[in-house]
Amino acid sequence: MSTPYAKLPAWADYGLIPVINLFVAFVVAGFVVLLVGENPFRAAVILVEGAFGRGTGIAFTLFYATTFIFSGLSVAVAAHCGLFNIGGEGQGYIAGLGIGVVCLAFDSVLPWWLTFPLAIIASAAMGALWALIPAYLQAKRGSHIVITTIMFNFIAASVMVYALVGFLKPAISMAPQTRTFLDGAQLPKLNWVIELFGAKIRSAPLNVSFLLALVMAYLVWLLIWRTRLGYEMRTYGHSPKAARYAGISEIRIVIVAMMISGALAGMMALNPTMGDQHNVALDFVSGAGFVGIAVALMGRLHPVGIVLAAILFGMLYQGGAELAFEMPAISRDMIVIIQGLVILFAGALEHMFRPYIQALFASISPKAVGIEAVKGKGA
Amino acid sequence: MDIFTAIVQILDSTIRLSVPLLLACLAGLYSERAGVFDIGLEGKMLVGAFAGAAAASVLHSALLGLGTAILISVAFALIHGFASITHRGNQIVSGVAINFIAAGSTIMLGQHWFQQGGRTPALAPGERFEAITWPGVDAVRGVPIIGPIYSELISGHSILVYIAFLMVPFTWWVLFRTRFGLRLRAVGENPAAVDTAGISVAWLRYRALICTGILTGVAGAYLSMVQNGGFVKDMTAGKGYIALAALIFAKWKPVNAMFACLLFGFLDALSIRLQGTPLPVIGKVPVQFMQALPYVLTVILLAGFIGKAIPPRAGGVPYVKER
Amino acid sequence: MAQAAIELIGINKSFGAVRANRDINLEIVRGTIHGIVGENGAGKSTLMSILYGFYQADSGEIRVGGQPASIKTPNDAIALGIGMVHQHFMLVDNFSVLENVILGAESDALLKKSIAKARSELERLEREYGLEVDPDAIIEELPVGLQQRVEILKALYRGAEILILDEPTGVLTPAEADHLFRILKQLKEQGKTVVLITHKLREIMAITDTVSVMRQGTMVATRETKKTTVEELAELMVGRRVLLRVEKGEAEAGGVKLAVKNLTVKDSRGVTMVDDVSFDLRAGEIVGIAGVAGNGQSELLEAISGIRHAVSGSVMLDGKPIDLTGKADPGELRDRGLAHVPEDRHHVGLVLAFEENENSILGYHDDPRYLKGPLLDIDAIRNDAKDKITKYDIRPADCRLKTANFSGGNQQKIVLAREMEQDPGVLIVGQPTRGVDVGAIEFIHKRLIAMRDQGKAVLVVSVELDEIRSLSDRILVMFAGRIVGERGPEASEGELGLLMAGVEQREAAE
Repeated sequence: MSTPYAKLPAWADYGLIPVINLFVAFVVAGFVVLLVGENPFRAAVILVEGAFGRGTGIAFTLFYATTFIFSGLSVAVAAHCGLFNIGGEGQGYIAGLGIGVVCLAFDSVLPWWLTFPLAIIASAAMGALWALIPAYLQAKRGSHIVITTIMFNFIAASVMVYALVGFLKPAISMAPQTRTFLDGAQLPKLNWVIELFGAKIRSAPLNVSFLLALVMAYLVWLLIWRTRLGYEMRTYGHSPKAARYAGISEIRIVIVAMMISGALAGMMALNPTMGDQHNVALDFVSGAGFVGIAVALMGRLHPVGIVLAAILFGMLYQGGAELAFEMPAISRDMIVIIQGLVILFAGALEHMFRPYIQALFASISPKAVGIEAVKGKGA
Repeated sequence: MDIFTAIVQILDSTIRLSVPLLLACLAGLYSERAGVFDIGLEGKMLVGAFAGAAAASVLHSALLGLGTAILISVAFALIHGFASITHRGNQIVSGVAINFIAAGSTIMLGQHWFQQGGRTPALAPGERFEAITWPGVDAVRGVPIIGPIYSELISGHSILVYIAFLMVPFTWWVLFRTRFGLRLRAVGENPAAVDTAGISVAWLRYRALICTGILTGVAGAYLSMVQNGGFVKDMTAGKGYIALAALIFAKWKPVNAMFACLLFGFLDALSIRLQGTPLPVIGKVPVQFMQALPYVLTVILLAGFIGKAIPPRAGGVPYVKER
Repeated sequence: MAQAAIELIGINKSFGAVRANRDINLEIVRGTIHGIVGENGAGKSTLMSILYGFYQADSGEIRVGGQPASIKTPNDAIALGIGMVHQHFMLVDNFSVLENVILGAESDALLKKSIAKARSELERLEREYGLEVDPDAIIEELPVGLQQRVEILKALYRGAEILILDEPTGVLTPAEADHLFRILKQLKEQGKTVVLITHKLREIMAITDTVSVMRQGTMVATRETKKTTVEELAELMVGRRVLLRVEKGEAEAGGVKLAVKNLTVKDSRGVTMVDDVSFDLRAGEIVGIAGVAGNGQSELLEAISGIRHAVSGSVMLDGKPIDLTGKADPGELRDRGLAHVPEDRHHVGLVLAFEENENSILGYHDDPRYLKGPLLDIDAIRNDAKDKITKYDIRPADCRLKTANFSGGNQQKIVLAREMEQDPGVLIVGQPTRGVDVGAIEFIHKRLIAMRDQGKAVLVVSVELDEIRSLSDRILVMFAGRIVGERGPEASEGELGLLMAGVEQREAAE
């Protein structure tokens, strides 16, 4: 039997099941809140209000979501090629090096709309480079990409500390970060878009890299489902043997997919550096690369799903910050727990509720599931 | 300081640093030999470290701390089993989830219970495992060569160090000389053969994961109750992943695993030792380079020198009855 | 006098909406060899898996030795004296024979005693049944016939009185199969009961006492073997008279399209799989390669189609060499008119998770017909897929359905449609009808012959001797990596069988 699970209607497959999985993850998270002596329902209210209650909250939510769209797309592109890129964190972090060099070099001479494309190229190139080595080792030497990309996260951290306490830092400063970028490397804010809808915003960092993220989501969709390269990646992802038969070079496709994945991870560095802090600082990625795993799984590896899941996690980050303020017992590490729970329930346990839902559908309308099962027979 | 003393000191810290790797590596060996990939060694060590230090400081007993560490670590192993054995989920995804839950919950609960920024209180002498001094240490100490080796290298470690190294022959014996070991190896190679022989694949794999949980629990307890005298957030710092690399490097064999972990421990000891010390020819090496060295060498070892590592054939694949 | 070893009464089993077994009644007499025949998917294996406790019946009763039995796990079956030799051996490849034999039947928590006990027990079984095998040999180093013997030993070691064998001869040479049959007869003489599941009628006629026929999940008849014929059984199996031979005219062979010279291929362990093979394939002919599975046919196909590295030799396609370094671009070979229907459609020929139309361009996805600038031309791809669906009668006629949801025969048609519609000069087909229903077999055979009649060169590899004999204009027989003989289509099954077993060589030398 090639398909262990009979078919459900698409809306149940891509809508209902993720929502149920997410709901369960939040119920479990609620128990953790209970464990530290807080009221989970009140926590949920604070969280949602913090994220969407005011214009500033919405802007912050979308600001966080921007980074997560990039990292989620990064994980998804690799996953379509059957690769688990757990190195988005390091690829994003090292991209800060490229951004730092470009911004420090050009922020006094070029306007932002010229620095930005250069920084995009630099970040993508650094991210791609950082993914290239594990990809090459996987393709050529069979080193397990999960382990090598994790190792590259640690190596990236050391390289960045070295750079930030060394040549990237102004000589007179003690803080391990670059000097503040001038106007030529500061991305324009997008808060006016939200203000169009009548909300008031006090300084929120939402910026044009959000639009870049949306463009990238569209391009990734185009890449995966509408180009030859995407077709080859999906073929290899589902069946390396079929790819070999179809004349797809394993080495080329693994390397190309990982470099695209790394480039997307690299671009996530644009948002916190040029869009918000206007410098490159220690640990500026702060786990966003890992959030991409949860976002990609939650979004079922589809760009639309990823954008939605990224907004959800943006909400968690923004609302979580409010929550940490209102409820001292809950720190921002709560987000890491929720992230883990989402990966567990939407990823590893994604099929847990499926049989029940199938039984439910079968009892409501036997045809919907039954026919597919009959077709599945054979071979 | 003469070179011999320096070597003994480096070897001594090699042993200390390789113990958590060795325990985690053997832990991974049980689950991977049974066909379950476990990237969640890191997280299980972390919860073990936290639970051990927390329980030890509250209950004022090192042994109760160790017991709690094992218990919690096993519980996390069972979650991995529930996802990847019972529900046939992706084993890597499940392991990653466990690492996140562990990272977040240890800090959150630590802060809630102890209010020390995610740390547990520093452990008092009775709450941690003390070094054991072997008989005759004082008498031999003065003897050249043998003296320092006996008193520094062999004697003077905590009980968990000796347990870790005893686990190597023990694991070998379990794997190759007992019924459980035969079945465990079989289920990692061909679960269908085990199933048709009338043995439950799921229960066997769960038992393997329980072994994994016990060992990662001890590994965690070692970190927080021997090496550090208290839990610090993210204190595993990638050791679980390096243990996995060591496992591949060791080709899933217990004795090889010990040598692989000693090698990684040695690299670690060397990089700590060399921090800030100028090297001949190269000169002063940036501290970040030395910190990154174990990770770089892991990549190089995985890429270059292991030859063909053939993992257990059924590894990573959930067992579904063929039709 | 005839006491039933096993009685199955009203067994039903469904997988989802598929009814694999319906109201099965069956009585197997103690001390006999009972055959169960049926096509692929008729429900034979499911029924036996229920008897072995691998699956639970939805309803029905099982009686063993006249007593109602509840068989929930293989353990229950083993305890009742039922043993099973699976089609795909249930052996741990890197374990020794002894370790495999005791697995699950260890007498002690420590291995030492269990192994000592098994060693002496194996010696006894060896004496009693002539089942010789080195107890310390590693499974993966044993030939297939011996591996199967280990499976039989496993069952006997567990005290099996009733032995079920599922398609035991699929991987054996005729000689090995004959040896197996001798062993089975000996088991029968010792009072054991043997259940033989197969789709090969020759075996049924040769060895069984009783035969039951299954079709589409039901038990359609039980006959005394002596009182039935191959024709009757075949008709019962498929429900209508089978056209055993496809009508075809004389071949008009033209020029050489594919020339294979001294081709040698080794596998990853360095074992020679294809040994100095040479042959020509001409336009307008079908050359069939016969042989027992695992004698190098798969490797030969892969080397010719450029996806496996060859150690030495050459392959010329239309007079120009094919890159045999294993780094050949299969896409380039397709452009040169070489089409390849691989043996394994599930993992190689198709991506089961893809929509049908996506599979209908696999390997041809860089053809300008399917591209619009840098993008795939989705409309062109789907229209093209729809055309093929109509032309090859692929059902259901839905080019957006996931490929996994098609039956085996229709999946095979998807692959064939893709490869044949490229109008290749040379078509290489591995196992054209494996796991394919009877209706589709006829269709596929007719298509292959039509290709030949259009002047294409067709190379067919099949382990089904009937298929080879029915399709081929020339038959090459492979044994142990070598081509051991060439025969015309009129060659008898017996003659080819001897060649497949590597016997003819010596006789020819005399």
